[in-house]
Order: sequence, then structure tokens, then C-alpha cells
Amino acid sequence: MRAARFILGAIGVGLGLWGLWLMRDFTGEQLVSTGVWLAGGILVHDAVLAPVTVGLGVLASRLLPGHFRAATSVAFLLWATLTVVFLPVLSGQGGKPDNDSILNRPYLASWLVLTGVLAGAAIIAGLRRRARASGAAATAED
Amino acid sequence: MRLPTVEDIERRIPRPEDFQSRARGTQLTARVGVALGIAFGLCFLTGLWSHAQYDPPGWLPIGPQPTQLYRVTQGLHVLSGIAAIPLLLVKLWSVFPRLFIRPPTSSWRELAVEGLERASIGALVGSSVFMLASGLLNIAQWYPWDFSFRATHYAVAWIAIGSLIVHIAVKLPVIRRGLGAQIDHPEQHLDPDAVARRTVLVGAFASAGLAVLLTAGQTVPFLRRLSVFAVRDGQGPQDLPVNRTAKAAGAVEGATDPAFALEIVVGGRTVTLDRDQLLALPQRTHRLPIACVEGWSRNAVWTGVAVRDLIAMAGGDPASEVTVRSMQTRGAFRTSVLPSQFVEDHRTLLALELNGEPLSLDHGFPCRIIAPNRPGVLQTKWVRQLEVTS
Repeated sequence: MRAARFILGAIGVGLGLWGLWLMRDFTGEQLVSTGVWLAGGILVHDAVLAPVTVGLGVLASRLLPGHFRAATSVAFLLWATLTVVFLPVLSGQGGKPDNDSILNRPYLASWLVLTGVLAGAAIIAGLRRRARASGAAATAED
Repeated sequence: MRLPTVEDIERRIPRPEDFQSRARGTQLTARVGVALGIAFGLCFLTGLWSHAQYDPPGWLPIGPQPTQLYRVTQGLHVLSGIAAIPLLLVKLWSVFPRLFIRPPTSSWRELAVEGLERASIGALVGSSVFMLASGLLNIAQWYPWDFSFRATHYAVAWIAIGSLIVHIAVKLPVIRRGLGAQIDHPEQHLDPDAVARRTVLVGAFASAGLAVLLTAGQTVPFLRRLSVFAVRDGQGPQDLPVNRTAKAAGAVEGATDPAFALEIVVGGRTVTLDRDQLLALPQRTHRLPIACVEGWSRNAVWTGVAVRDLIAMAGGDPASEVTVRSMQTRGAFRTSVLPSQFVEDHRTLLALELNGEPLSLDHGFPCRIIAPNRPGVLQTKWVRQLEVTS
């Protein structure tokens, strides 16, 4: 087991070094840009996305009635991760003005619908959970 | 009033135990990680394949069969990358408190081991985000960087897969423990309102699945109407999307020149044919896909002269390698090489018509190459010359 892990680790290091070797002919400008994007990804996640998500989670657990917490968490998970995936098409960037066969859909409208559907689903799921809980409480009192 | 000391600042930085969600845990991380590893593996292998299709190595003679192969592998490449984004975000969320583990102070050796592990995780996170972000922006033709996309996406892919393998080697015992244990927190019942690990796992898979469904229509025809977030909806002039217009390629002037004549160069001889002469030759019609590296694809019906027939007519061997030169004056891929196994195939056409109409300017008028199982950029448009090069 230990030997297998060691070999696996060595293979991984080798592949990673091969990736660096492939950059040997990059110009200084290309290397800087690559470095900025490599470090920028970590920074954007660790310093922005993750702290904001944790902060929203803390807020939600204090402000939201208990029945809504799980449903809101899942709706937020879906909304936030899908929004990241759709950021390029929502940005209005990309494509070329003389080519209308790319980025030719009403993405913002679709995203508003997605946001509305997820918010609605979270509210309905929370309300149903509350109804079930109060139903169970009433049964217990009988 | 005194200045804050290092200890004051350190006290303000959260510690792993400050994060209270019971939804986090190795049991969740390991399960999301397995799915993410599969997505990365698939993305890496299909990416290598695409690289080979662009520049076939001598030992791997990629041919025209199966016709739809590149369409499938490149569709999978882009979709597995898209599926990986929600999985990566959930996985990073699940281990975020570990970022705040304080470095060990007991010994230099432990500090070095911890430093190495951190460095490997830095390489993994940085390269993973890099791969997914650069790929996602590239499919929308948005390039906010100064590096060459193809060379850099390829090089960093090796760093990503290498650091992933190191990560698996380091974490193997933890992964096994996580996968072997019940997923939910043993004290989940103490706070039944809080979201459970199982729910987060289902949410992560649902998000990955939805991301795929809502974009896959650019390559899977029956999902076209559902995929409201796809970069392409399959529409375009003559029912086919365009990747680069004649204007963007600087090909308008050459392509609309009434004096246009195709050159076919065999040995020292050159045969020239204008478009009417090309139309007078025996025509073949085939249904072949345009499959772009950006992950969109669509079948179309192409009519034109088989490249092998043109080469034979000019006195060449129909089983030779042919270099195709375009009239485009801007951008990469002005020249492509058709290896002999493609030239031999009678479905490799110099197309003159698309879906029953003369090629439009943006689809490569007056004539273009279309061959089975080729990346879109190698289906050279606005062809001015075919030369037998071996």
C-alpha cells in the first residue's frame, strides 16, 4: 500500500513536471499571464467565493426559520454553481459582432427564470416541511 | 492604544473548528471527489485525443473512420469539463475549513511535509480552476489573456492531472475511510433542520447534471431546445453555425473575386479550375458533421467533388497527402494537411454546396474541405490551392 502510494505520487510529480517542461518556450508575457490565471483562480475562490458562501450560510442559519434552511441551502448550491457555469454566456463578452450563430440566445431571461424557479422551489419545499412538522406535532398531541 | 500584535491578528483568523456545518466531512468530500476525478479523467483523455487529432503523431494514424468520432470525443471533453465545475465548487466548499489549519510547530520535518502537501494542493486547485475557466471562456470565444490557449490549456492539463494523482496518493487512506463510512453525520438528528451531507451530495450531482443538460444541445440534437444556456443553438446561415466568418478571416476579397480559379499542384504541374468547371465534374453528396473544438457539432449535407477525384484528374496518386491552402488572410489554420488516409476516402470532399444550396460566403464559398472525423478548424474554408505533398 505504502509502496503503491509512493509510486503513484512519483508518477504524478513526473506528469506535472512534464507540463512545466511544455512551457519552456513560452514568452515572458505568456508565462506572466499563465501565472496570473493560475494564482488568480485560487485567490478568487479562497478570498471571494468561499468566504461569501460561508458568510451567507451563517446569515441564513440565523435569519431563516428552521424549516427553510435545508431547502434554501440546496437551492443556493444549484443557483450558485450553475451561475458560475453560465457566467461567460451571461457576461455579454465573447463571440464576434459579425457572427450571429454564436451566443444567440436570451441567456439573461433564462437565468432569471432559473433563479425564479429555484427560489420558488425552495419556498414550496420549506412550506411543505413546515406543514408536515405542524401536522406531526398535532398528531403527537392527540 | 497599541498596535495589534501577530497574536491579535492570528486570533481573528478563523480556525477549522469554527466552521460548524455538519454537512462538511470526509464522507462527502470523498464521494464528490470520486465523481470529480472521473470527470477530470474523461476530460483529460478526450483532451489528449483532441490534441492528437490536431497534430496526429506518426505512430497514431487517425483516419476518417468512425465518421462521428471527433464529434463524440470533443462533445464529451467539453461536457465533462462543464460537469466538473459544480463538483469542484462543492468539493472545495467541503474542505474550505482545512485552509485555516495552522502550520505544525513541533518539528521542521512536519513543517516541511505540511508545506509540500499545501504546495501540491495549491498546484491542484490552481491548475483545476485554470483548466475549467479557460475552457469555459474559450467555448464562448472570449479570450481575456495573453497566452496561447491551445498550448497553455495543454501544458496546464498535465499539471492538473499530475497534481491530482499526487493528491490521490497522499489522501488514499482518507478517501478509503470516507467512502467506507456512512455518509451522514452521526449527530444529524440533533439538528434536523440543517442540510444533510446526503442532500449536498445529491445537490452537487443534480447541478452537474443540469449544467450538462442545459448546454449539451450544442452537440446533442434532441437537447437543442432544452439547452437554453448553450453557446450555440445549432442555427446559422444554411442551417449550420459558423465559427469564423469570411470577414473575420479576411477572406472576403479573395472569395468574391470573379476571376477565382482553384489550383491543383501535382509534382511540378498546376491545373486550374474555376467554380463552373468544378461544378461540371462528377459530384458526390455526403452527410458529414462539422465538429468544432469548442464542443459544438452539427451534421449537414455536403455536395462537391471528391478530393481524390481532383488529384487523380490532375495526374496525382489518389492516395497521397494533400496540403490545403486557404484564401484567408487573418488568423491561424490558413493551411491544413489532409493525410493520405483522408484523401483516399471518397467522402473527403471539396464541397461546393451545403444543404442543397451553393456554399454561403461564411461557410467557405467558393469551395471548402469537408472530411469525416476531423476537427472543425481543419475543414479549411475558402480553398485556393490543393497541393500533393507526398
